[in-house]
Amino acid sequence: MDPIPLVQISIAAILINNFVLARFLGLCPFFGVSKRLSSAIGMGMAVVFVMSVASMFTWAIDAFVLQRFGVQYLQTIVFILVIASLVQLVEMTIQKFSPVLYEALGIYLPLITTNCAILGVAKLNTGAGYSFVESLVNGVTSGIGFTLALVLMSGIRERLELANVPKPLRGLPIAFVTAGLMSIAFLGFAGLDFFRTSGG
Amino acid sequence: MVVVPILVVGGVGLFFGIGLGIASRKLTVHVDPRIDQVLGLLPGANCGACGYPGCSAFAKAVVEGQAEPSGCVPGGAKAAHDIADLLGIEAGQAEPLMAVVHCKGGNAEAKERAEYEGIADCQAAVLAGNAGKMCPDGCLGLGTCVRVCPFDALSINTNGVAVVDPEKCTGCGKCVSVCPRNLIELIPRLHKIFLACNNHDRGAKVKKYCTVGCTACTLCVKATPSGAVTMENNIPHLDYSGNETFVPAAHKCPQHCFVDLAKARPKVNIDTKCDGCGKCVEVCPVDAISGEQGQRHVVNKDKCIGCGICLDVCPVHAISLWGGLGYSPDDKTRRQRR
Repeated sequence: MDPIPLVQISIAAILINNFVLARFLGLCPFFGVSKRLSSAIGMGMAVVFVMSVASMFTWAIDAFVLQRFGVQYLQTIVFILVIASLVQLVEMTIQKFSPVLYEALGIYLPLITTNCAILGVAKLNTGAGYSFVESLVNGVTSGIGFTLALVLMSGIRERLELANVPKPLRGLPIAFVTAGLMSIAFLGFAGLDFFRTSGG
Repeated sequence: MVVVPILVVGGVGLFFGIGLGIASRKLTVHVDPRIDQVLGLLPGANCGACGYPGCSAFAKAVVEGQAEPSGCVPGGAKAAHDIADLLGIEAGQAEPLMAVVHCKGGNAEAKERAEYEGIADCQAAVLAGNAGKMCPDGCLGLGTCVRVCPFDALSINTNGVAVVDPEKCTGCGKCVSVCPRNLIELIPRLHKIFLACNNHDRGAKVKKYCTVGCTACTLCVKATPSGAVTMENNIPHLDYSGNETFVPAAHKCPQHCFVDLAKARPKVNIDTKCDGCGKCVEVCPVDAISGEQGQRHVVNKDKCIGCGICLDVCPVHAISLWGGLGYSPDDKTRRQRR
């Protein structure tokens, strides 16, 4: 398999079209869980995990069920169904077979079951007409991009707690301002899309 | 055709529904139902005073027998009792504690050697040149303990010193660990008197920078015949394990370092049983008792500090303590026990 498209997908998903800072999906956990670095990493790992599993399964459902019966307009509702039950299943499996991993991911897994970022990655995969491997890569790297944004944000917010912030801006308002500035910074990665120009 | 989408969504739903149903049967993890019941009896503050990460972890530890039901400090005796009832075990004893701040030298009493304008946090201030106060052990009043208190029991008073509201304090001890100067200590709730100084210098050096600093004069040690006050590294250490009330010690301190949380102390009264033996006159630390040998003695109510030392020495039990508003019933039983 040609690795160039995969690298291209990865860079696009992590930096250029970062889920949080460029596509503005999954903002709720982005602000909710970014107060501490440790919980940000836990949440990020859970998102990577669920995104990759969801990418695989939704691709399979799309290719073998929806396309076969010509009912692709049902994508959203079916994907929500698939992702929700999948996360449930994964949670049960982890709780049974790996209590350590369950302790680490446990509280974050149900949080992201119906998150728009997960549904977003599934919709993007089918929308772009990715193959199975491309879908998987896109899922994993989108999760990594989400984690990157979350970890960066939590690092900044941990420092912000000690900063002398004007009273009306303390807490969430200054986090919104920070997120906006980070989003502008990530706009700079748009120029990284060199594979497209060189590859034609 | 409307049948196809119905079949597709219904089919997918049925497939995953059956799958989940089978999975939940196969993959059940049996959780002790008592853990949830114990969790319901806890206050749910997730303060961490028990040493476990949150109430649910503590509930699990109690059910598994690794923790005592009394380990929950905010829940107190009631939670301990309820949990013990539920699990059919002994509750264990935990004396209710409260936090006290060993400093009262605020803006009015303690001198500054520099003006600190950095991050408004005690730990940061200690790192940045040991903050502005001349006293090396004084409260910095930047409120690190206030922010960490889950029960809103701490505040910085107008004098710039952290104070504990004993009504709100649950004795969880979170503030104890964050104070960079180790000024906060948990003491038994029954005791109302504590030393509000943690300075290890002595004499004139202390007087130079604080008007309420301990000079290590040892008068409090001499005023406590029970030996519950000892000098350790130029600061008195109060031993709360005994029945000592520390009233004379607090009264004798020339620097007024002690804080008495009681709103009023009782006064001694000598009734007609007194045979005038004079033993109480000898032990009274403030010379409040007078009288002829063989006659009924009288107490100077203005001088009496209500320490209760005379109660123990009276051979005919003629002495009792009267009044003392602001005492809780707990304190009364403690005094009667003496």
